[in-house]
Amino acid sequence: MPMLTLETRPQWRTLLDSATLLVPDERPAIIYLETDKAPVTVTRSQFMGEVIRCAAALQTVGIGARDLVIIAHIQNLESIYGFWGALWLGAVPSMFPTLTEKLDPDHYMQSMAELTRRSEAKAVLTTDTFAPELAKRCACPVYGTSDWLPDRDEQSETTNMMLRRPKPGEIAFLQHSSGTTGLQKGVALSHQAVLNQLASYASALELSEKDVIVSWLPLYHDMGLIAGFIQPILQGIPLVLMSPFDWVQHPALLLRAIHEYRATLCWLPNFAYNHLARRVRVRDSEGLDLSSVRAFINCSEPVRQGSHQLFLERFAANSVTANQLAVSYAMAENTFAVTQSLVGEIANTDMIDLEALQRDLRAASVAADAPHAAPQVSCGKPIANTMVKIIGDQGEVLPERSVGEVLVKSDCMLTGYYHRPDLQPFDAEGWYKTGDRGYIADGEIYIVGRSKDLIITAGKNIYSQDIEAIIYEVEGIHPGRAVVFGVPDEREGTELIAIVAEVDVTDEADRKVIYQALRQQVVRAAEVSVSFVSLVERGWLIKTSSGKTARTTNREKWLVERADGRL
Amino acid sequence: MTETEVREKLRQFILTDLIKDLKYALTDDEGIVSGGLIDSFSLAEIGVFAEQEFNVYIPDPDLTKAKMNTLNLMVARVMRDLK
Repeated sequence: MPMLTLETRPQWRTLLDSATLLVPDERPAIIYLETDKAPVTVTRSQFMGEVIRCAAALQTVGIGARDLVIIAHIQNLESIYGFWGALWLGAVPSMFPTLTEKLDPDHYMQSMAELTRRSEAKAVLTTDTFAPELAKRCACPVYGTSDWLPDRDEQSETTNMMLRRPKPGEIAFLQHSSGTTGLQKGVALSHQAVLNQLASYASALELSEKDVIVSWLPLYHDMGLIAGFIQPILQGIPLVLMSPFDWVQHPALLLRAIHEYRATLCWLPNFAYNHLARRVRVRDSEGLDLSSVRAFINCSEPVRQGSHQLFLERFAANSVTANQLAVSYAMAENTFAVTQSLVGEIANTDMIDLEALQRDLRAASVAADAPHAAPQVSCGKPIANTMVKIIGDQGEVLPERSVGEVLVKSDCMLTGYYHRPDLQPFDAEGWYKTGDRGYIADGEIYIVGRSKDLIITAGKNIYSQDIEAIIYEVEGIHPGRAVVFGVPDEREGTELIAIVAEVDVTDEADRKVIYQALRQQVVRAAEVSVSFVSLVERGWLIKTSSGKTARTTNREKWLVERADGRL
Repeated sequence: MTETEVREKLRQFILTDLIKDLKYALTDDEGIVSGGLIDSFSLAEIGVFAEQEFNVYIPDPDLTKAKMNTLNLMVARVMRDLK
């Protein structure tokens, strides 16, 4: 069985042609790691057995071809088998974030109910504890583990199952991004699109059977789902997997996994380089050899040279070198990767004049010691069969080094937003407008900002207006009298969230209640932490007609006042 | 180092680096993680700080929300192994 590459692509019809399923031998498919527990190794044959068992169980509860199955589970092996079990039936699975202790159950269930109603989901798979409460809210059946998946010895028929082969153009699965805004748009990807992406991407990565992928990424996020889950199963290379909750608290787990399993590829959002460099204790990384890694691929939030530098210095003793630091620019709408820098080489850095960038929308190349010089890290060239162009405000195609909106066209794009015929992702010529701003230099893509009012914090996309809607509900906050914006932070290597809110109360104890409620409500509703809360007097906020300008101007004012100690 | 010194060092660290607000009136038994004041990333950071500042190594299984939720809990965990 060859690997899926541009050359072998014609031999593949659907995701069910996955190497792990077609050659179910004793090689490891997934190695699941947890702090303080022994690793669990799932062989390909065990994986195959579990997938068929799940498919049969799903069929028993009435799931069939083209039915949408939402998997709102903790990240574990059962959710993985359930996903592939649904694919096996020709159904359409979609991974969804689970309810965690931090989230407000009411808010979460309301959005789940909305999602299942809007997308006409056939079923939701979740944990036993969570199922009864969620079932009261959702229009479709909600199954806890024991509701749909019988114990191994109780399951009778698995062999009679008719395997219905989906057609290449059919929807394979959906990806949802986070937040109120993201929830309303399920990115529908066909088998064909996913196979096209993975074929092109395998060529860009020079993927081989010797590769081992390690991932802590959530499976409801495109990077975790495609690069860190579908890709290794489909290509038949081992996946060393851990839960994001575990990794965030215990970052050294990832490094031990690389050392132990000689992992070769690892995708990380930019903040993770800082998190690893700053929060892995020396005694936890001592003696670990990270030289097996062909590429740490920085993806899904703006790449900062400082983060790469910090990571390099911190782990030089563990044999990390600059040539391992690669970059990719990706989005769910293109299945995953749009570009990839060369693996085995350090991603290029372009020194540009920041003032010229802001003044003329030109990325003028300057010497590193020139005034206003700032490094931009290249995302590499587009992968095969993906095209990128930069357009100006009037829709005109811009030349190299001119900054404009990034448009993408490829053979691996979404079919559409699921059950949202009102949202047309493409223009008349089939280009997708990404909302990101960037430029091209020597054929390589550089991303410098975005048109959308979006905060990317620790790899998570957050819309300011979503957070503002949450805080307007807090007692003591008046709608329209608070703003939310992102503040880039060098130390964390990501954007941090700031709230500025006007309050009328002056009593210190009352103000503390509001202060705590703001932080708590945001965590509970959106599962992101707020780093800065400033309670200000009435009249502090600068009012403008558009939400976006209000955020920018108030952010400027906040930065000045915070710098000189007034806030 | 006395317990009071450990407490003050931890308090300063939490206010400056984690909550990023020196004016915040943090109480000893306030749920810092459960109250949304800090996130899971900060748990790993507390581990680093405890090692650098007090030379106390808190193993991963002890760096959890339940075991590090209040200033009192953190102080007690550091004091246990403080030499």
